[in-house]
Amino acid sequence: MNALKSAPVLAHEVPAKDPYLEISDLWKLYGDFVALRDVSLKVEEGEFVCFLGPSGCGKTTLLRAIAGLDLQTRGTVIQNGQDVSNLPPSRRDFGIVFQSYALFPNLTIRKNIAYGLENAGRSKEEITVRVTELLDMVGLSEQGNKYPAQLSGGQQQRIALARAIATSPGLLLLDEPLSALDAKVRVHLRHEIKELQRKLGVTTVMVTHDQEEALSMADRIVVMNHGVIEQVGAPTEVYKNPASLFVAGFIGEMNQLEAQILSENRLRIGKHEFECRDHDFDPGTTVVAAIRPDDVVPHGSDFVPDAGAKNCELVRIGDMEFLGSFWRCHLISDDFHGAELIADFSVNAVRRLSLATRQEIHVELPRENLIAFAPEAQGGDDD
Amino acid sequence: MTDAATLPPGRDVKPRLSRDDVMMRSWMIVIALYLVVTLVFPLYAMLSKSFSTYHFDLGQFEFQVSDDDGVFATDPVLASTLNDQLGVFGEADLRAGSDGRLPATKLFPDFSFRSSKMYRVRGTSDEAVYLVGSTRHSGTAWQELDSNTFRRVQMRPVSGTGFGNFVTYFSTPALSNSIKNSLVISTIATVLTVTLAFGFAYALNRSCLRFKGAFRIIAMAPILVPSLLPGIALVYLFGNQGMLKELLMGQSIYGPIGILIGSVFFTFPHAFLILSTALAISDARLYEAADSLKTSPWKTFWTVTIPGARYGIISATFVVFNLVITDFGLPKVIGGQFNVLAVDIYKQVIGQQNFEMGAVVSVVLLIPAVFAFAIDRIVQRRQVAQLSARSVPYEPKPQKGRDRVAMIYCSVIGVFIIGLLAICQYAALIKFWPYDLSLSLNNYQFDLMDGGGWGSYFNSIKLGLLTAIVGTGVVFFGAYLVEKANGFEMGRGFFQMVAMLPMAVPGMVLGLAYIFFFNNPANPLNAIYGTMAILVVCTVTHFYTVSHLTAVTALKQMDREFESVSASLKQPTMKLFRRVTVPVCLPALLDISIYLFVNAMTTVSAVVFLYSPKTALASIAVLNMDDAGDIAPAAAMGMMIFYTNAAARIIHLLVSRGLLTRTQAWRFR
Amino acid sequence: MKTTSKTLTIAAAAAIAATGVFAETELTVYTAFEAEDLKRYADTFNEAHPDIKINWVRDSTGIVTAKLLAEKDNPQADVVWGLAATSLLLLKSEDMLEPYAPKGVEALDPKFVDSDNPPYWVGQDAWAGAICYNTVEAEKNGLTPPTSWKDLHDPMYKGHIIMPNPNSSGTGFLDVSSWLQMFGEEAGWDYMDGLHENIARYTHSGSKPCKLAASGEIPIGISFAFRGAKSKAAGAPLEVIVPSEGVGWDMEAGGIIAGTANLEAAQTLLDFAVSTKAMEMYNVGYAIIGIPSLAKPVEHFPDGLKDALIENDFEWAANNRAAILAEWQSRYDGKSDPK
Repeated sequence: MNALKSAPVLAHEVPAKDPYLEISDLWKLYGDFVALRDVSLKVEEGEFVCFLGPSGCGKTTLLRAIAGLDLQTRGTVIQNGQDVSNLPPSRRDFGIVFQSYALFPNLTIRKNIAYGLENAGRSKEEITVRVTELLDMVGLSEQGNKYPAQLSGGQQQRIALARAIATSPGLLLLDEPLSALDAKVRVHLRHEIKELQRKLGVTTVMVTHDQEEALSMADRIVVMNHGVIEQVGAPTEVYKNPASLFVAGFIGEMNQLEAQILSENRLRIGKHEFECRDHDFDPGTTVVAAIRPDDVVPHGSDFVPDAGAKNCELVRIGDMEFLGSFWRCHLISDDFHGAELIADFSVNAVRRLSLATRQEIHVELPRENLIAFAPEAQGGDDD
Repeated sequence: MTDAATLPPGRDVKPRLSRDDVMMRSWMIVIALYLVVTLVFPLYAMLSKSFSTYHFDLGQFEFQVSDDDGVFATDPVLASTLNDQLGVFGEADLRAGSDGRLPATKLFPDFSFRSSKMYRVRGTSDEAVYLVGSTRHSGTAWQELDSNTFRRVQMRPVSGTGFGNFVTYFSTPALSNSIKNSLVISTIATVLTVTLAFGFAYALNRSCLRFKGAFRIIAMAPILVPSLLPGIALVYLFGNQGMLKELLMGQSIYGPIGILIGSVFFTFPHAFLILSTALAISDARLYEAADSLKTSPWKTFWTVTIPGARYGIISATFVVFNLVITDFGLPKVIGGQFNVLAVDIYKQVIGQQNFEMGAVVSVVLLIPAVFAFAIDRIVQRRQVAQLSARSVPYEPKPQKGRDRVAMIYCSVIGVFIIGLLAICQYAALIKFWPYDLSLSLNNYQFDLMDGGGWGSYFNSIKLGLLTAIVGTGVVFFGAYLVEKANGFEMGRGFFQMVAMLPMAVPGMVLGLAYIFFFNNPANPLNAIYGTMAILVVCTVTHFYTVSHLTAVTALKQMDREFESVSASLKQPTMKLFRRVTVPVCLPALLDISIYLFVNAMTTVSAVVFLYSPKTALASIAVLNMDDAGDIAPAAAMGMMIFYTNAAARIIHLLVSRGLLTRTQAWRFR
Repeated sequence: MKTTSKTLTIAAAAAIAATGVFAETELTVYTAFEAEDLKRYADTFNEAHPDIKINWVRDSTGIVTAKLLAEKDNPQADVVWGLAATSLLLLKSEDMLEPYAPKGVEALDPKFVDSDNPPYWVGQDAWAGAICYNTVEAEKNGLTPPTSWKDLHDPMYKGHIIMPNPNSSGTGFLDVSSWLQMFGEEAGWDYMDGLHENIARYTHSGSKPCKLAASGEIPIGISFAFRGAKSKAAGAPLEVIVPSEGVGWDMEAGGIIAGTANLEAAQTLLDFAVSTKAMEMYNVGYAIIGIPSLAKPVEHFPDGLKDALIENDFEWAANNRAAILAEWQSRYDGKSDPK
């Protein structure tokens, strides 16, 4: 009986595992310019984390601080239980891939990959075997004896990746690895990198300004702006529940309408009252009511809202753009003080409801998708 | 929102340096120290030398005169007291050089060497030095001399510090006139060269001239010869026995005219190169715009071409000005009585052994050179910005009239350049100009002439090779460290500044500064004085800046992240340097080597003070043979330098091509 | 195999022995002797003294002097041999010479020995000023040969004379100092004022005027006789004229640098420098040598040169050098507009 009981207890007593990478209170100043402001973050082992934000938000600075390439002004970086805060890059454990690939142009592909394997007590044969293995892994076995300039951009980036993981580092850093590639290659490579990362189980941090890339690849996204982390969360979480108007606007698209708070779940847009997600604003506060275009629900022209119908608004369909899988409609409501509402209606819905431009229809702004945000501080995004 | 005040209290994170960081910083310090030791210290030694003065301290000498019977009845009297009474020596008389002598008898107006009076002389301190005849005496013991011997007493000056040398310099018109001469000749030569070179560059860039490649090569040829070679050619053309003497209409080639023509010759390639680049980068769209607005070509020239090339023009102006004002070889050969600063230094030091005055002239020469250099730097910084702007290169379309004018113009310049070189070669092969015009190789028997013989030619090649190898190594490694090291901003800034300095220092000044600094027994580096080593060091330092800039430009084109990748792969930076940086920058390395080689072969100014009989150089031999009147052998040696440099250039080209195809296969897809 | 290595050993031993025996001492000798004479002089010396090796440091008089003065506190030379007496006087007044009376110094013409006893320096041979006159060019210009210094004042020579600048050339200074000594100070400067009117230009080196005259660049070059004789021998249409008033001269002299580590060898060299053998050696190129009785005529040298030598007061020249040069410079040098 004792033995039986002890097993689950033991399992329970295993202490919560320390994060693989722990960044605490990081500051980085360039003269008077604050590039990172009190940034803290934990990354679990084997996780794929994306730093996402507009250019100048500090995401690359944070990556370079983790690598030791540009030392932070204050704060600590702990990797795998070791304080690496002030160590030079050569004494940290990471592999890195840059946007420019930084492949050595005068060395063959094989030599590029083998570069980090030398001087580490490996025999020539071992190195050859490992290089071949890596070439296979990135699917470029045939190209080993070519020079980087003889490969395409996507191939070069794969070589850079192979070189970075050749020594099996504990941490893989990717600095905008796909930005220099054209769209098709980019999408393809996204998938490949993610696959490889999952196979190797290597903790990975990627910097990107492309939200699609972040959403499709990351286990967790770290959204940054003005040197501050705005939100950390899984892609769906960040998309569904943006923590701030900035996040809401930066990831995916968002209609932003000026509104006044009425109660903890009601607000007024223009002349009409709407129910919205619960929030903490005091009544009377001016906020931004936000809703994603694909959350706007259309009704047919024959729809007449009854007394119980909530969150309905009569709009006129302005321009309609066909974007393949959906129609983007510009909706104009007289009650919104001329503000335009953008809605993405599925092809299906448009056909079913036979929507057309200049038509007047009712749309519903579902309560759970209408979110109140504090208006953004002065200025705006750099992007 | 970017206030730093919110930063939590505490210390900034201090980086722990990697072994590579420490190594790179140490080497950077070593190379910076090299520059300090080979440039800053010598210049300081020179500066202090210019303030080291000599003057007669009359309070140091005491005399006693006897009566006619040789009995010393009167009290001893100080020379200063005598001078106060008599006022024989004014302040200017008491300033002296290191070799100054002041006859004691001047203080005795009624002195007669036939009188039977006896004289006593002594110093009042141990430092007092006087000569009896040419025998040196010092100290406070009395010397008793008869009047005939006292006639031979000369007081010697004591050393001090002060502005005395500068006062002497500026109050001696024969010396200070050179400032005006130098400025005037440099200004005129600059205007002439820049104008002519602009025309040439314009013709090559803006017309459909044929044989552009050949014209380009011809324009660059003067860079391969010492600056004094055109002087020699001019003697054969316009000297009293010159072939074209009549063209000068009675004017003498020895003087400003000769310096001007020669300066145009040897500075032409420098101006041409800069202006050609400036014209090549200007934007074709501006011309199209001007065309569509029906602007006249003349107006287009002044409103589009000139403004577009303005930085190039300004840069060329100051480069040429600097070259002319600091050049020594040409005015030495053809300057005649027209004194200029650079030659004055030589005359003071070699002719009169007046090192202090040489230092003063050096300081004077340093001022316009530094000024011109500073302006050039500022302008170049702006031009870089202009270069990076996107523009569409201009493609000239054939236009008969214009192309014909361009052809004539370029041909005239080409004939001028080739003509001067050909004349030298012709003169070198003539047996005895102008009396025996048969051809002979007599003038190549350098061993029978002053200047060091064939040995000097091989020394020059040795110097060229050593300078190329050592210099390229030091310069490139230094540039690599300063470009790619992490942090250490202050050290890097200092390094950049010191690396720019050599360009501002005229060769003559550098050479003289080396004498003061290295030829000092207290200097532990004294051992390299008089060896090939000091010539190499001096030449590398003299031509450091351009090499450094070439290296930096090449390194800037390297991916900035190579070092980061290398560090992340835990590989030593030196491995990266060896395996990637050097191979990728090989073309730049070769360019630096050939630049250093050619300059080491042609330089005269810096090394003229530093060569020793065992390390005589070909360029110096040209100078010395000309100086001794062996003009034809001088021309012969000058042409040897030309052929050697031309051969080096061709080898450089072949090697570059060979290396490119062999080791740089990666450049081609 | 065995024999080879044995032979090698013997050869090596012999080589070591050879250097050990035949070149025990090395002497650094600073000189301004003509380049072509150096080997012959060293060989002649080594015939008698194979154990002393001479390392020549040769350059023109001005440069060697500058070098010696620059190295005053740290002399590199052991001996100076074949440098102008004027320069040796300069060294003497800087206390750089070691007095020594070489064996056989009594045989020398007293002019060739320093006045102190023991002498600080001894002379070897003399070279004298002269006028190099290009007969071909002179004829073209309708000139008649001058016979005296004063003749050079004649307006027909205007622009046809070149002389060395005394500020950079020892020969130039020798001329200027001789005129001042011959004519007296005032008349001497007057003479130069007149001469300056006819001078085309001043050269940096002393031999250049004669070479320019030889090549016809100028009809008349004031230079020195030795140079003229050489050019004449080389086939130049030259006449070497000794002006009737007399000519300035200087000698090639030698002395020991004070503080040399090789005093004994240095003394040996100086003994040789005044020996009969050495005099014959100098006589190959120089007509006037330290022991006049040994002198044989030298081809192309002008007659009567020896008698034309003035009473040259080297000491006066050395002591007044700075003042003379300053005066010369202010009168004739650096005039901004050359007429």
